[in-house]
Amino acid sequence: MKDLKKLGIVVFFTLLVYIGVEPYAHSVMHKHVEGHNFKYPDLKPIAAKGNPETGKALAAACMGCHSIKSQGVPAPMDPVSASGAYGVNPPDLSLIGALLDEKYLAHFLKDPVHTAIVAHKFKDRAYPMPPMATDDQSAADLVAYFKSIAPKEVKPKEAYEFACGRCHEMRYAKWTQIGEVPKTKKNIQTGADLAKLKFNEKLAEYKGNMVKYLGKLPPDLSIIVRARSEEFLETFVEDPQSQLPGTGMPRVGLSKEGYEKVFAYLEEVGDPSKPKREKVGPIVLLYMVVFAFLAYLWYKHQWKDLH
Amino acid sequence: MAHFDPNARPFSHKWMNERLAVDTLQKVLSTEYWIPKNINFLWAMGMILAATFGILLISGIFLLMYYIPDTKQAFDSVNYTVMSEVGYGWLWRHMHGVAASVVFLIIYIHMFTGIYYGSYKKGREMIWLSGMLLFVTFSAEAFSGYMLPWGQMSYWAGMVITNLFSLGSLDFQGLVEWIRGDYVPGQAFLNRFFMLHVLLMPLIIMALIVLHFGTLRIPHVNNQDGEEIDFDAEAQKWKAGLRKESKVIPFNPVFLSKDVFVMSIYFIIYFYLVFYHFEFAMDPVNFDPANPLKTPPHIYPEWYFLWSYEILRPFPKDPGLVAFGFAQVIFFLLPFLDRSPNVAPASRRKPFRCWFWILLVDMIVLTIMGKVPPVGVYTTIGTVAAWVFILLWVTLPIVTKLEKPVRRSK
Ligand code: HEC
Ligand code: HEC
Ligand code: HEM
Repeated sequence: MKDLKKLGIVVFFTLLVYIGVEPYAHSVMHKHVEGHNFKYPDLKPIAAKGNPETGKALAAACMGCHSIKSQGVPAPMDPVSASGAYGVNPPDLSLIGALLDEKYLAHFLKDPVHTAIVAHKFKDRAYPMPPMATDDQSAADLVAYFKSIAPKEVKPKEAYEFACGRCHEMRYAKWTQIGEVPKTKKNIQTGADLAKLKFNEKLAEYKGNMVKYLGKLPPDLSIIVRARSEEFLETFVEDPQSQLPGTGMPRVGLSKEGYEKVFAYLEEVGDPSKPKREKVGPIVLLYMVVFAFLAYLWYKHQWKDLH
Repeated sequence: MAHFDPNARPFSHKWMNERLAVDTLQKVLSTEYWIPKNINFLWAMGMILAATFGILLISGIFLLMYYIPDTKQAFDSVNYTVMSEVGYGWLWRHMHGVAASVVFLIIYIHMFTGIYYGSYKKGREMIWLSGMLLFVTFSAEAFSGYMLPWGQMSYWAGMVITNLFSLGSLDFQGLVEWIRGDYVPGQAFLNRFFMLHVLLMPLIIMALIVLHFGTLRIPHVNNQDGEEIDFDAEAQKWKAGLRKESKVIPFNPVFLSKDVFVMSIYFIIYFYLVFYHFEFAMDPVNFDPANPLKTPPHIYPEWYFLWSYEILRPFPKDPGLVAFGFAQVIFFLLPFLDRSPNVAPASRRKPFRCWFWILLVDMIVLTIMGKVPPVGVYTTIGTVAAWVFILLWVTLPIVTKLEKPVRRSK
């Protein structure tokens, strides 16, 4: 009994320290940002009903800059030349109907700079993507078209590549802004790997263009899930300005499901042991409980006639 | 002259005994190492510490097989190679990280147990002093280990802590550079701390653990009433079969059985943390690679250094350093600042009882204030707590002098 009271005191002070230095201190250090569940309440709903057929015709205008691989539309330029022309490589549009919020996409097509909340970075230069829809109707038509070509299932990796991959490297998954790191071989005689050197040169060129465009090299996201809290990531992607006022990262406009896909990929790469932990954990704990039970029997046996 | 039986089978009991005195060794170290019966689970903390050090050593050896002490590769060698390429590398890493954090919790419990029961005086001074040396070396071990992943917090904590060696207004920039081996933390710095962490500090710690155990041998461990026990007489009773009457028990197997039971409960909690709640031991900021161009918005040490960090922080530069130095050494002096002859639990030592609980609460307040940003009311609380800490130690000789001799119950 007395031992239990002492244990209670130890546990009490331990928890006090824990709560003080972890949840409490973190709540003081990091400002709390209210998320909106990817509903984008600042954007007005678009009433117009879109027609995919009209949208399809309008989408021809996108192909000057974007690829739509699922429809057999190739990219007009390679990523490095595109970054030279626009700052970054315009993303492939096959999946936007599945990943982006409808309302966001419609507004983005009408007024990209303000919808992405990057106007402060484009005061004295033009945003590389001009407004593509003059009114609600054509915006809705385009959205309807992209929704009609959207696949049912999007893989987490594809979601990442579309939404973040043009800006953020992910070296633990061998992803660069210009695509996956190719498998190359070095020349056995010279020890040099020319293909790799060439790839790195292209990548460096791309990054150079991107830094000129964004003002900063976006960080590698390989283990961002361990470096930032889930709450931070969610509210940051929903609206980067809410966490880092003045940042050059655009609001990407993912839907809730789209973000969940992206996050699943960030977690898969950044915390690969999660499934294993969930499998091994219970076994180890069960083992320890059995061990504790046997230890208790031994202890009782040794101490039975001491008092 | 030693006698060696030529007919003894090699490695038989007799053969070993003639050469290594295994029987005597076993008696001295375990079956006739006497422990008072009247002790509670808090006396198992020492063995828990030894076991946790074992975990740190073994998991550390596994990590060492893949870690690369190079400023360009260190980060990826732990965060990628160990975490995703090496089979169960994540398990070793999480075990190492969680053990490094909880070992300090147990050290603090162990220390405060010693303070509460007065286990640092009347023949137990050397136990206390060797224990404090372990505390200091563990701190150095933890700090050097924290540098190794070369993340943002490694770099900036390394910067801030080594800066302390400029000794305030004395401005010994040369000393700081000598320690770093460069103007700023870099390759030389990382190599040094790597060496300290994997070689020198563990060696010293192992030697100190042996010393700490050695210092326990003659005074024996204390007990819940601070009673002075005649260990020889009580041991005779035990050997005569008076298990109930004797006040002592042999370490092995009787006390050990309790140690192992307490330890098993500890390991349940430990492995729970390893699998389901390791974040507290691995700061998120350190999962951003070191970036000399970007100072993190909040720089703070690991939780177990926060109380002494907070004693440094609220004061101006020079007095702050003096206060910090004071905090680092003052626990060493405990056996000499306590002027009371009583060896008894604090609950029976009137003014000292208050002193004990104020110290404990004050250090927790310092710990929490050490982490939150030093603004507004937090600065005030931190400053007051730092002063309370200093005053507590200054008044300790008086508080203990005022104490009346404790009459033993029974
Ligand atoms: C003049 C070239 C150009 C044209 C034409 C163009 N875009 Fe873009 N688009 C870009 C560039 C460049 C970006 C990347 C901008 C950035 O990330 O800063 C982009 C980005 C996008 C994005 C990503 C927004 C996000 O979520 O981050 C979408 C969606 C998009 N474009 C859709 C379209 C559609 C649909 C059309 C045709 C109706 C179109 N674009 C026409 C250049 C163009
Ligand atoms: C058009 C380029 C662009 C795209 C697309 C983009 N980002 Fe970023 N991102 C940036 C830039 C630039 C920064 C650097 C921001 C700064 O420090 O001001 C950044 C920073 C970040 C950060 C670090 C914030 C911090 O605390 O320092 C995270 C996390 C992040 N991005 C996540 C994402 C995710 C997830 C996606 C995809 C859903 C994404 N980004 C898409 C440009 C981009
Ligand atoms: C970190 C490594 C350490 C290890 C492995 C260790 C181990 C032990 C062990 C096995 C015991 C005997 C059992 C017990 O009373 O718990 C003990 C006793 C003791 N230790 Fe430690 N210890 C460590 C650190 C410290 C520190 C930091 C202090 C405080 C300065 C300390 C002070 C004491 C005291 C005072 C006792 C005697 C307790 C008594 O007589 O009741 N030890 N230690």
